[in-house]
Amino acid sequence: MGPLRIVVAKPGLDGHDRGAKVVARALRDAGHEVIYTGLRRTPEEIIRIVEDEDASILGLSSLSGAHGFLFPRVCDLLRENGLNDIVVFGGGIIPMADRPDLFSSGVRAIFGPGTPTEEFLHFLNEVKKRRISNEPVGVGFSDGWHWR
Amino acid sequence: MDQSQLIVEASNGSRRALARLLTLIQQGDQECIDSVLSFSSVKSIGITGPPGVGKSCLTDCLAKIFADKGERIGVLCIDPSSPISGGSLLGDRMRMEQSGVHDRIYVRSVATRNSHGSMPLRLKAMISALSMAGMDRILVETVGVGQTEIGIVSMTDSILLVDGPDRGDIVQAEKAGLLELADVVVVNKGDLPGSEQAAANIRSGLALGPASNVPVLIVSALNRTGINELVEALENIQLRASVEIVKWRHRLSSAIMDELVSNPSFDSTVDDLAEGRISIEQAIQRIIRQ
Repeated sequence: MGPLRIVVAKPGLDGHDRGAKVVARALRDAGHEVIYTGLRRTPEEIIRIVEDEDASILGLSSLSGAHGFLFPRVCDLLRENGLNDIVVFGGGIIPMADRPDLFSSGVRAIFGPGTPTEEFLHFLNEVKKRRISNEPVGVGFSDGWHWR
Repeated sequence: MDQSQLIVEASNGSRRALARLLTLIQQGDQECIDSVLSFSSVKSIGITGPPGVGKSCLTDCLAKIFADKGERIGVLCIDPSSPISGGSLLGDRMRMEQSGVHDRIYVRSVATRNSHGSMPLRLKAMISALSMAGMDRILVETVGVGQTEIGIVSMTDSILLVDGPDRGDIVQAEKAGLLELADVVVVNKGDLPGSEQAAANIRSGLALGPASNVPVLIVSALNRTGINELVEALENIQLRASVEIVKWRHRLSSAIMDELVSNPSFDSTVDDLAEGRISIEQAIQRIIRQ
C-alpha cells in the first residue's frame, strides 16, 4: 500500500486559500500525497481531478458562503459518476446551522477555523478503521455517521 | 477489479481504470508493470529546468495546443516527496488551468516517493501505461532541477529545457550538464526584461559545442507568445547520436536503481545501517551480491 492520495479543492468563486494550504501542509507532514487544485474550480472539474488522480479522500474548502450549494453538488456528482468510495470532508466558514444538511448530503466531517491539525489526522484514522471494518464511510454509502 | 481487467479497460480508454493502474504501477505491482512494459511507448517529451521558471504553466499551454490539434495527451507532473514524512504536496495543477480538465488530456501528479533523486521509480512503466491507454504524446514535467540532474534523459525521447530571464551570466550557460542534453531550450517569461540577453547567453554557450544546432527560443507561456515556434521546434527535433549513448547509460542505471530500491531487503538494510549494525560495504554485499 502507498500513502493516501488526497485532493484538496477550492470550489466556486472564493479566493481565500490560507486554510486549504494549511490543511494540505499538515496532511503532507503526516505522510500523505496531497493534490491541491488551486482556486476557483467547478464541481465538475473537481470530480475529474479526483478521478484522474485516483484519490480516495476529497477535502473541500469554502469561505464565501456558497458551501450550501457547492458541497452537496460535489457529493451528488461523485455519486452520479460512481465514485462512491470517496470520503468527503469540508472546511472554511461553515455556520453550525448549515452543518446537518451538509452531513446528510454526504460530507463526513467539517473543520472550522482554529481546528488543531491533529484533528483531521484523527478523522483520517477513523476513516481508515471504518474502511477496514467495512462500515460505510464513502460518499455513496450512508449510515448517518460523521465526525463529531 | 483484477489487474488483467484493469489493463483491458484502461486500453479501451477508461480514465478511471488508467488512474487505478498508475497507482498500482507506482506501488510496484509486478503484474501490471510487466503487462504495460510490453507496449511500445509513444513520443514523449521531458520538460525540465530550474524551480520557478514556469514549467507547469508551459506544460499546460503545450498540452492544450497538442490536444486542440486532435491528439490525446498524457501529462505526468512530478513533485518531490518529503524525505522525512514521505508525504508530498503536489501543486502543479494550480497552474494547469486549461489542460487539467480537458477531455483529450489526462493529467497525473506523481510524487517521487522513495526514489534516489528526482525521478520517481517506475516512471518508464507509467509512460508505457499512458501509451497503452491510447495517448498520442506524453509530457513529463520534472521537479525543479539543477545543472546536473539529468535523470529525465533516461525516461523521455526528447528534452525541453526551460529557463527564465535573469538567471545568471554567460558562465552558467558554459557549464557542463543538463544544457548539453537539451533538444530544445526556451527562455520562458519572455515578456520580462532580460530574456533576450538570457537567450543570447545560452546560444553563445551552445555555439561552440556539438549542440550548436539546438534551437533557443523566447516564449511567454502566460501571454502565449512564441508558442507556435516552440511546437514547430519540438516537431522537428533531430536526435543526436552522442546524446543517445548518454540516454541509454541513464536508462540502464536508473533501471538498476529501480531494482535495487525495490529489493525486499533494501529497507531492513537501511535500518541496519542507521543502527550501526553493518557497514556500507556489508550492505552492498547483502543487496547486490546476495
